[in-house]
Amino acid sequence: MGEIFVEMLSSPMLRRALIVGILVSLCAALLGVSLVLKRYSMIGDGLSHVGFGALAIASVMNLAPMTVAIPVVILAAFLLLRLSSNGKIKGDAAIAIISTSALAIGVMAVSMSRGMNIDLNSYLFGSIVSVSRGDVATSVVLAGAVLLMFVFFYTKIFAITFDENFAKATGTNANVYNMLIALLTAVTIVIGMRLMGSMLISSLIIFPALSSMRVFRSFRSVTICSGVISVVSFLIGMFISYIADTPCGASIVCVNITFFVLFFIAGKIVSGKRA
Amino acid sequence: MALIKTENLTLSYENMTVIKDLSFEVNSGEYLCIVGENGSGKTTLMKALLSLKKPIGGSITFGDGLIQKEIGYLPQQTGAQRDFPASVSEVVLSGCLNSRGIKPFYSIRERKKAAENMKRLGIYEIKQRSYRELSGGQQQRVLLARALCATKKLLLLDEPVSGLDPMVTAELYEMISDINKSGVTIIMVTHDMNAALKYATHILCMREDNIFFGTLSEFRKSEASDFLKGEGSC
Ligand SMILES: Nc1ncnc2c1ncn2[C@@H]1O[C@H](COP(=O)(O)OP(=O)(O)OP(=O)(O)O)[C@@H](O)[C@H]1O
Ligand SMILES: [Mg+2]
Repeated sequence: MGEIFVEMLSSPMLRRALIVGILVSLCAALLGVSLVLKRYSMIGDGLSHVGFGALAIASVMNLAPMTVAIPVVILAAFLLLRLSSNGKIKGDAAIAIISTSALAIGVMAVSMSRGMNIDLNSYLFGSIVSVSRGDVATSVVLAGAVLLMFVFFYTKIFAITFDENFAKATGTNANVYNMLIALLTAVTIVIGMRLMGSMLISSLIIFPALSSMRVFRSFRSVTICSGVISVVSFLIGMFISYIADTPCGASIVCVNITFFVLFFIAGKIVSGKRA
Repeated sequence: MALIKTENLTLSYENMTVIKDLSFEVNSGEYLCIVGENGSGKTTLMKALLSLKKPIGGSITFGDGLIQKEIGYLPQQTGAQRDFPASVSEVVLSGCLNSRGIKPFYSIRERKKAAENMKRLGIYEIKQRSYRELSGGQQQRVLLARALCATKKLLLLDEPVSGLDPMVTAELYEMISDINKSGVTIIMVTHDMNAALKYATHILCMREDNIFFGTLSEFRKSEASDFLKGEGSC
């Protein structure tokens, strides 16, 4: 197994994918804890579809994909946040409308540009080939920023996730931190989309948090465990994808499913012992 | 100048007015009890005082240099979800958040303060337990400890004793009274008239279109007789 990993590391393409993937898995898992607990996990899903639309249009118009997708997805994130928090329109319906529209527009854009070499499949389900050197640089910087922000604002993120009204009442500007979370999520999704595909990226946000909540009982342990599960799942998934020649995004998600089942059973055993 | 002053405050949900033209003021060091029947708008008023709810008329003014970060608050119902994974100490510590500006981690002083408040409320022994696994009364104490951590000048309590056993209730009232004596202003919503009469310096009694606000002795003279006969329903 060790040898295979060394072999994987010797390919520059895989090296890039590993660097980006580890960082994205970590960011997605950390943010995911807050998003899942705030019942915002659908926002992650909506954003990935918007990201797909933006990437598709960017490549049709021959623009740099990241430079188009990042601002578009950030805007969409703020919009979705507003829609789901003000309660006028049903948040889940709004998200469904926005994500399917973006998806449809993206598919139209791709199909109108048949002549160009756009691989719809890799947009939807990800591929390591699509991670370019420029992407790596951008991803490393952005993911680093996401991690730093998360660590720096960890206590605030906990407070607004646990009880937003209390945080507001005692003078924490909850809206700013909600926007911060939305912003970081948007960036994470765009970076991760190349590798995981827009259909699968949101599972990186949701699965690790759900798995660790089965077993752990404090916010900190859930957060740390999510990060670990996510990175480990990514590495195992990449490994499987390399030796079995399966698509990497789907392999990673399958490993995450396995972890969820294991943690679910472990949680049952632990709480059974306590009772 | 008053610590908090409302003038002709009007609060409503969509088109239903809950409170109309309410004026009262609370000075530093006072202990105001808000009493009134279910649905009379006590919680709504608390939310307005905390800027969680916008008034549609009138004004709320903070005086004596009071800022929002100096207020502790015990909600009647938390927005926190039942299945939230958080340990008792994490929840209590989050009350210290407002005093620390932008620093990323809690300092030793804040941890000490949280520990003190947990000891005060007898939850220090369960500080590693998960909030979601506690009984209702234990959860109430955790939230109260959090509120105490957030309090500098003013403490707002919305039915603090609901779900607590009689012993803890009595202790709690004594504790709130001590906190008040140490200079913190208290605004407390309660259905417990005995406690209101025993501890409050001022009473705000909310009933439909018959709002009373005044000192304890004024209240005894005016409304209390009704209430004690069991006719009023504060
Ligand atoms: N979010 C809301 N939307 C619409 N109406 C509301 C909302 N919250 C409260 N109300 C209404 O406002 C009125 C006052 O409610 P409030 O919660 O302030 O009462 P309260 O005095 O705190 O009652 P209790 O003693 O039961 O706690 C009630 O008639 C209630 O139905
Ligand atoms: Mg109430």
